[in-house]
Amino acid sequence: MFGKLTLEAIPYHEPIIMAAVAMMVLGGAALVAGITFFRLWGPLWSKWLTSVDHKNIGIMYIILALVMLLRGFADAVMMRTQQAMASTGAAGPLPPEHFDQVFTAHGVIMIFFMAMPFMVGLMNVVVPLQIGARDVAFPYLNNLSFWLTAAGALLINISLAVGEFARTGWLAYPPLSELQYSPGVGVDYYLWALQISGIGTLLAGVNMITTILKMRAPGMTMMRMPIFTWTTLCSNMLIVAAFPILTATLAMLSLDRYLGMHFFTNDGGGNAMMYVNLIWAWGHPEVYILVLPAFGIFSEVISTFSSKKLFGYTSMVYATVCITVLSFIVWLHHFFTMGAGANVNAFFGISTMIISIPTGAKIFNWLFTMYRGRVQFTVPVLWTLGFMVTFTIGGMTGVLMAVPAADFVLHNSLFLIAHFHNVIIGGVLFGYLAGFTYWFPKAFGFKLNETLGKVSFWCWLVGFYLAFMPLYALGLMGMTRRMNHVDNVVWHNYLLVAALGAAIIACGIGAFVLQILVSVLNRKSLRDLTGDPWNGRTLEWATSSPPAFYNFPETPVVTARDAFWEQKQSTGAGLQPLAAYRKIHMPHNTGTGVIVGGFVALLGFALIWHIWWLVVATFAGAAAVAIGHSFNENRDYYVPSTQVAETEGKYFNQLTSQV
Amino acid sequence: MAAAPLLSGCDMALLDPAGPIGAEEKSIIILATCLMLIVVIPVIAMVLLFAWRYRASNKAATFKPDWDHSSKIEVAVWGVPCIIIAVLAYVTWVSSHTLEPSRELVTEKKAIEVEVVSMDWKWLFIYPELQIASVNELAFPADTPVHFKLTSATVMNSFFIPRLGSQIYTMPGMETKLSLLASAVGDYDGLSANYSGGGFSDMHFVAHALSDADFAQWVEKVRAGEGKLTMAKYRELAKPSEKDPVTTYAEVEPTLYHDILNKCSDGSTCMDAAVSLAMAKEVAGGDLQLCNPAKPRG
Repeated sequence: MFGKLTLEAIPYHEPIIMAAVAMMVLGGAALVAGITFFRLWGPLWSKWLTSVDHKNIGIMYIILALVMLLRGFADAVMMRTQQAMASTGAAGPLPPEHFDQVFTAHGVIMIFFMAMPFMVGLMNVVVPLQIGARDVAFPYLNNLSFWLTAAGALLINISLAVGEFARTGWLAYPPLSELQYSPGVGVDYYLWALQISGIGTLLAGVNMITTILKMRAPGMTMMRMPIFTWTTLCSNMLIVAAFPILTATLAMLSLDRYLGMHFFTNDGGGNAMMYVNLIWAWGHPEVYILVLPAFGIFSEVISTFSSKKLFGYTSMVYATVCITVLSFIVWLHHFFTMGAGANVNAFFGISTMIISIPTGAKIFNWLFTMYRGRVQFTVPVLWTLGFMVTFTIGGMTGVLMAVPAADFVLHNSLFLIAHFHNVIIGGVLFGYLAGFTYWFPKAFGFKLNETLGKVSFWCWLVGFYLAFMPLYALGLMGMTRRMNHVDNVVWHNYLLVAALGAAIIACGIGAFVLQILVSVLNRKSLRDLTGDPWNGRTLEWATSSPPAFYNFPETPVVTARDAFWEQKQSTGAGLQPLAAYRKIHMPHNTGTGVIVGGFVALLGFALIWHIWWLVVATFAGAAAVAIGHSFNENRDYYVPSTQVAETEGKYFNQLTSQV
Repeated sequence: MAAAPLLSGCDMALLDPAGPIGAEEKSIIILATCLMLIVVIPVIAMVLLFAWRYRASNKAATFKPDWDHSSKIEVAVWGVPCIIIAVLAYVTWVSSHTLEPSRELVTEKKAIEVEVVSMDWKWLFIYPELQIASVNELAFPADTPVHFKLTSATVMNSFFIPRLGSQIYTMPGMETKLSLLASAVGDYDGLSANYSGGGFSDMHFVAHALSDADFAQWVEKVRAGEGKLTMAKYRELAKPSEKDPVTTYAEVEPTLYHDILNKCSDGSTCMDAAVSLAMAKEVAGGDLQLCNPAKPRG
């Protein structure tokens, strides 16, 4: 009846896990109680869960990302604590079977369920506004993509309470991830969580590319697109090209585990080297999927807050496209030590270091955007400056490891760990947090508290250097990654410093959470009525904040780069009311996405636990609802011109009464 | 030495190499870092300088809000990195070939062969020329090239002695090769540098680089010891275990490494035999068809 699932699957003899589960359950219960008490289920369902509005979906993505950031960071704290406490011969609080799940979960959560949703969320909120569109190309698909991502995230969190998570490392290399060496359900949780969210990501990629290519405002040629839109386009091109590789690779591993096939097994002619190649053929482009949009954010931020045009727009675009193409021919640098031979290693080493040329050009372009500008040290600018210093160091250690002969000793060491956190925290995360602060007033109509934002930034920056510089040193001392315990007094001291760094980052995260709370409480004094709090340059600032659900009452016409800036320069003013408004064509909300997402989450759970009847039932359910939706012809409607006039009138009244 | 300040060479295994491979890799790390610092230091300095010089409150600084292009700057920011990467690419190409792990080191002294097997969770070292074996202890003469052939009895691991240089993966059903040399007598820590499951953290060993006389003595001691690593004993050893003590074997089944590599240590058909059988069938089948063109194809 319940497949492999029994009561034994709940790890009630593990106090640390049970405490975490209890916190999750209590938190969830408090949330449900709160929503019920304030009678919010109705509005939650009709305005958010079923919403096809790109702004709401983007916000939901970012909420998911921030929740998962806390979960992933809790894993990080456990790892730093374990290594600090277990480096002088003691066992430490976490036994290997738990520690190995923790480092696997940390990697999976931070990449797939923190960084990816954060990125897709920011794109969703901003890109349609930046190109002057009313929504994305496929609004229902957008909602479905979100719920598939959420379903994957849900499965990962369930693995904490029911069963176990993979103990394989975040890329689940076989043969370790094969049934022979990982007979538990941990790898199955990994596989289905990633498959489901991966499909969501792929659909989001298709949606975003179509939106950018087909729905730009009249006059916005490719070379007039804002840089964030450019990087989003390239990043989503990479998603569409790379994620099918991930899906196919994980499908093959699933066939090995579920149907006894031999793609990557030790016996039956399987070859694990194939998996390692395939997973990195997705995995390296994935790094650029994450970092390109961050580059876009830095470009927007540095130009806006220097009150100056972006230096070298054209070369910035070509650099982005170069990186996009090159990212597909470097994957082998993740395993120079597999013995592929000198020519192959040298080719991939050199192709990797070539990527640093366009990346370096970008850094210089941001530098020369500040040059002869008026730089305001707002929170987004601090993140950008922190990024430019930190990422340059991370880039240097990256190019160093691209030399195969150097990688032969640095590979898999803590030097590597320090390097990729150096670029992912210093590049991706700093970028997303800059974007979060920069576009927050657009999404919610009020700014974030500046002081707490600065506290958060400085804690993150100092914490980062304390946490990861010792790891570079430990790597040079020969300490390898994923160690549960060691016995080395010298290493112990460095690990203590790293743990202190993690504690300071924790303060940064605390300040960030506090910043949001304080800002919500003080939203009246932080209110921005203009819709353009930073004196922005691109079209997203040419709307009210938050924008009306239809974004623009009249599609803007673009005549130059920095369209809104040019408009302000020529008219000498911001937004102006129109003489007459027209009716607007908009999509209806639909519950299909959330229902299909629910079925698919259950489907994943049933597959993990081999509950075959539930597999059939949930698959049929998801298919029926999705197909049923395709017969729904009541998908769109017109917003009457009177309603548009009323909404816009209210906004302009507010604006004039303010002045 | 332990009292030396942080970042001393003594703590930094990779910056204190004990053999030519490690020494060359160290010099490449230093060379590449210095080359990149040519760009990195000015960039960091410019970030801080520009941000401060052009801060909004500094009204004395030039303000050119529409200045967004300079061909001279573009040429420099693309050109200088191109030159540096070109130099680095040359270093990469050459060093990838000279330091290719499978390239055998040659000196006047005859190299010693060692067959390495990573197991759950210990290291097995077989000396094919001496017909002895050891677990979690590696010994070889200093100043003598050591040619390793490596495979895995279970999952992937990475064989790594940091102070001697290059690591290499060990993979089931695959053979990788590595050639190292210790310039000085000493004990060097060795480990697995690729996570391989529950007992991974204790999967370390000591590599003893001995004088010729001491190595001969070590071999004698092992041979005088008890036990032959037979197939049956190997299957016992292959069961997962952690923190295994150092064990030596006075004798070893001659085909053991071959059988582990070809996945037939459990008595099943060896991979190489299966492959040649299949190829023979293929050839025979082809010949049959050639000889009997009238025969309909199955």
